[in-house]
Amino acid sequence: MKLTYSPKQQSFRLEVREWLVANVPKEKLSTYDSKEGFELHRQWERKLHEAGLSMVMWPEEFGGRGCDLTEWLIFEEEYYGAGAPLRVNLNGQLLLGSTLLDFGTPEQKAHFLPRMASSDDMWAQAWSEPNAGSDMANISSKAIRDGDHYVLNGQKTWSTRATYADWAFGLFRSEVGSQRHHGLSFLMVPLDAEGVTIRPIKALDGEDAFAEIFFDNVKVPVEHRIGDEGKGWHVAMATAGFERGLLLRSPARFQQTVRKLVKLYRDNKVSADRDPSIGAAVAKCWSDAEAYALSAYNTVGRLSRGDKIGAESSLNKVFWSEMDLLIHQTAMNILGSSGELLASAPLAEERAYWLEGFLFAQAGPIYAGANEIQRNIVAERVLGLPR
Amino acid sequence: MDFTFTEDQLMFREAISRFLMTEAAPETLREIWETDEGRSPELRNQMAMQGLTALSVPEDNGGLGMGDIAWSLMTQELGYYGIPDSLADTAYVGAGLFSALDDAVEGKGDYLTKICDGELRLAIGHESSQLVADAHLAEVLLMQHGDEVHLVPRDQINEVANPSIDSSRRLSKVTWQAKPETCIASGEAGGKIWNETLNRGALSVAGQLLGLAQRMLDLTVDYSVQRKQFGKAIGSFQAVKHHLADVAGKIEIAKPVLYRAACSLENNHPLSDIHVSQARNFCSEAAALAARHGIQVHGAMGYTWEVDLQMFMKRSWALNNTWGDSIFHQARVQNYVLNSDVDFAPSKTFEEA
Repeated sequence: MKLTYSPKQQSFRLEVREWLVANVPKEKLSTYDSKEGFELHRQWERKLHEAGLSMVMWPEEFGGRGCDLTEWLIFEEEYYGAGAPLRVNLNGQLLLGSTLLDFGTPEQKAHFLPRMASSDDMWAQAWSEPNAGSDMANISSKAIRDGDHYVLNGQKTWSTRATYADWAFGLFRSEVGSQRHHGLSFLMVPLDAEGVTIRPIKALDGEDAFAEIFFDNVKVPVEHRIGDEGKGWHVAMATAGFERGLLLRSPARFQQTVRKLVKLYRDNKVSADRDPSIGAAVAKCWSDAEAYALSAYNTVGRLSRGDKIGAESSLNKVFWSEMDLLIHQTAMNILGSSGELLASAPLAEERAYWLEGFLFAQAGPIYAGANEIQRNIVAERVLGLPR
Repeated sequence: MDFTFTEDQLMFREAISRFLMTEAAPETLREIWETDEGRSPELRNQMAMQGLTALSVPEDNGGLGMGDIAWSLMTQELGYYGIPDSLADTAYVGAGLFSALDDAVEGKGDYLTKICDGELRLAIGHESSQLVADAHLAEVLLMQHGDEVHLVPRDQINEVANPSIDSSRRLSKVTWQAKPETCIASGEAGGKIWNETLNRGALSVAGQLLGLAQRMLDLTVDYSVQRKQFGKAIGSFQAVKHHLADVAGKIEIAKPVLYRAACSLENNHPLSDIHVSQARNFCSEAAALAARHGIQVHGAMGYTWEVDLQMFMKRSWALNNTWGDSIFHQARVQNYVLNSDVDFAPSKTFEEA
């Protein structure tokens, strides 16, 4: 055990840090849940990509730079530490990207990954349906084979980024009469195809954060299927594992928020200390975020020894989503009566950062598999309790 | 960056675990509880034979020369099997203290060799606690007097037993006089030794609490699979599943925090104090929740003397306030976060502040 960085890792960190200092936009970009903000974020992603920093842990041939997971963690620390914009295309780059790397054909990888790395293609996830939320195996959207293409009919919902994205990926029932997790296929669908209708759903903040997608005889070429026909569940589960696990919520994101929370506390110390439990909560948030970072480095170490991350990624998801709630609830407690102000309020100034985060934190224990489902997974697959 | 244990460290842990599983079963511990001294020389000798007492004694004194990192695995085993305090206090905390002494201290090497061979019983009296564990059988006591370290022979103390709710703990009120001839370190050097000893004691407790948490979780999982109500194993009910999943979560997140603290202590990291207290806090939370949910899932059986859960539950409650109580360790972290001027950038996890 040796918890120090190598000279190579240090110089990578400095390179990333210098580039970010020179290039991170001074003004916060408007939200990617608006049309204008979405394109501003796409431009930022292109700039990152031109510097070779968009998908650092992908192989170079697909637009990455072949970093290992430790270097990826370093990149994330610098990225969030620099206050750089949130990543608009993460659903594609991390969830679908990882799946393509594992299950994609050489042609699929060569075509889709570079365009994803540069954000020429923006991706939306399309897992849930009105009757397939926590019970994801209850999917009923159909993809019926007709020669060299599938014909899609049905509806997806809660589809993050779908309002403005170019493509979506998800599971469709390709075998007529199949049940549960059998007979599903994993497909990539262009959202400008004929027969696709997108209906945005306004989230708590009034922005179009997700959407319903309706499919009415949409033709999708067979080459856009990942993995074997009818084996989509297996492919999707690998993706869902990545999603809950290390990649989607890197520790640095929370550490940066906690860094701001500590500053918020120190700047409002006299007022905050009227309730001693506030200081204790701030310290707990710091400690939790640091523990989550340690856990990520430890996981990377175990992966490097050949261990696999299994159902314990469910524990991760429960941990970061509940930590995020505590961080933002603590901030709101410190802000007191100014916590409710929107960014447009003249008196809000920088403080609306916390309200935005507080709202989004409410979603954390729900998306990417509700925490109740994660706890069931832990109980059944880690502890071996009966179903 | 290498956040892994060596094959040697992992294999040693595995061997100790297998040994304790057979030799330190709950029935054996219950028998030892019933004795006046509360200790088993046979078990202690067997553990010495397994190499446990040699673990962190320097190789020059015949030991294995391993450190805090190896002990972070071993203390979990000691906790899991509910092994009484004297072993970790002697072979880990005590060996660390002796090793840190100036080589000129008379008898230093002999004491280390005796620890290594499993022949020395010692007790450590630190000012964080008003009582001393295992003073009743100690041959010598290492006593704190401000910054001074005193090596006090048994015949120069007076001890009065103060029974604990954990029958594995044998506590005494020790009265003694600090004399120049028993002082083996003082001033800045003495203060540094005591601070390091407190950290090592706290880390030992952290590992044991984590092991205790895992034991309580395992016992409770077993019970919830066997016990049936409404015609089904109670472990199939979501309310029970979620209790136990939460315990598993507390245990998993505490591990890397414990291991980082051990690595910091072994390498004299300037933030060792903070890292150790942070580890103590996480392990303590895991044990507290394992006890709470453990007894809840056991129902009335969990409130009995008969069911083994009590042995590990009561031990976790007692240990939670040794080598610095939980308020001390919470306050150490809190003071660092709130009252320092450190800018906690995400890049600082492994950098010195």
